Amino acid sequence: MEPILQVRDLTKVFKRKGQPDYTAVDHMNFDLMPGECLGIIGESGSGKTTVVNMITRLLDATEGTIVLDGKDITNLRGRDLRDVYRKMQMVFQTPTDSFDPRCRLGDGIGESLRNNGWSQSDTKNEVIKLLGKCGLDPEFADRYPHQVSGGQCQRAAIARALAIRPKLLICDEATSALDVTIQKEIIQLLSDLRNQHGEALSILFICHDIALVQQFCDRVLVMYKGKLVEQGVPDEVIKNPRDAYTMRLIDSIL
Amino acid sequence: MMNEPTVRIQKVRKDTVKIRLIIFAALAVILLVCSIFSDHLTPYDPYIQDLSNAKALPSAEHLFGTDQYGRDMLSRVIIGSRTSIYSTLILVAIITVIGTCIGIFCGWNGKWIDTVLMRISDVFLAFPGLVFALAVAGVLGGGLQNAIIALAAISWPKYARIARSQTLSLKETPFLKAARLSGSSTSKIIFKHILPNIVGPILVTSMLDIGTMMMELAGLSFLGLGAKPPTAEWGSMMSDTRGLMTTSPWITLSPGLAIFISVMIFNLLGDTIRDYVDPKSRRR
Repeated sequence: MEPILQVRDLTKVFKRKGQPDYTAVDHMNFDLMPGECLGIIGESGSGKTTVVNMITRLLDATEGTIVLDGKDITNLRGRDLRDVYRKMQMVFQTPTDSFDPRCRLGDGIGESLRNNGWSQSDTKNEVIKLLGKCGLDPEFADRYPHQVSGGQCQRAAIARALAIRPKLLICDEATSALDVTIQKEIIQLLSDLRNQHGEALSILFICHDIALVQQFCDRVLVMYKGKLVEQGVPDEVIKNPRDAYTMRLIDSIL
Repeated sequence: MMNEPTVRIQKVRKDTVKIRLIIFAALAVILLVCSIFSDHLTPYDPYIQDLSNAKALPSAEHLFGTDQYGRDMLSRVIIGSRTSIYSTLILVAIITVIGTCIGIFCGWNGKWIDTVLMRISDVFLAFPGLVFALAVAGVLGGGLQNAIIALAAISWPKYARIARSQTLSLKETPFLKAARLSGSSTSKIIFKHILPNIVGPILVTSMLDIGTMMMELAGLSFLGLGAKPPTAEWGSMMSDTRGLMTTSPWITLSPGLAIFISVMIFNLLGDTIRDYVDPKSRRR
């Protein structure tokens, strides 16, 4: 089976004035299979978000290639890049900030559909369906981001990410800004969505909560200072950590 | 329950801002309506000379008196509002649009073009505005149109700065990343997500600038680089008659009073709008 996402030698070097260059991500290699849920864990500053920003092309890679669904997307621009976003969507860390404060949630959720030629009425119906799928009432489509709670907003963000039916869903710390009970609900929602979509939806799950990753992911990558230090099935990584950093990470929690 | 008093205080404050906004907006609208219908409001023809009745004191017949050619001052002040207020509004509109466009362009694109345009704006900001406008107007020659061009040339950087910094900070927000991920084109992102979010502070700045620009335009006219006689324009009216200040002060003072009142109204309106749209005073 061909992987949905292949990352080869992905590197990001930030050039800084008057200081040595900073390598945020150092030759990362990994694959994501269809239907798989891959977790990436690591402390703050380990380069998790940089990896994600490069995969979504919000940031240009210094080196390496990103292949999405058999197509090299590393250097795409303009319209070609916009087409890529039909296969790949992202849920952000801060739910409220990820919606334009001056647009209704419904407009945000339907934006990708409108951009891909859906009519206004079709989009409206689809948005209501998506909201229902994510456990929100249709009236949320007319609310502004500041009028809903963080958990509700994150549900709307997941609805937005799923609108265009992507093959790859990236969750960049999607639960870390929420409180524990809401976190559980969101994870439940994501699990349900995985069950519904099966192989049609792969998830890249960035997180710093090792317990959450253990519960939710099929496979986990451990990042430390921009490098991939360990990977494997979460349970095994937690039971038999091989890398010194992974050991410390696990010790800090247990 | 504990929070109720605070909530009330905030509400009251908001209401006073609202009342102020209504009052000043109404005054500004009255001013604009006056200048639109100035043709019909003048008691006398503002350009007809009557040398037998020159420099007449304010009276029931001529409320603001007459000038050295016997023209009714009230009529001239009213008709002058058209030139003064309209050219100011046109000027502010021009610099707001141009400045905002340049600012968004710079903020969005970055790179060398941003550096070049921002250094140019630094140069304009480094000169004292009116002096530079004088130089530009001097090169272009007199006339109201050239005065507007001169002032526009020196006033856009302020707007470009605001728009640029706002665009830069917006560029990093998750919702803009989300908009890119939704496949929106650059132009759509700018018009749908950036512009609506930065229009507030820019609008406030331009409202506050109306007063300043009115003064500067009147200043250029006063120095003979704006409106040409016999066009009634407040600045040039003051300039033409400044020699008569000691003998017949009403001729100089009535256009001065008109400038004072309109600048005051637009400044207060700008202040009030700023208070009104200030996110700190706006609650959920």
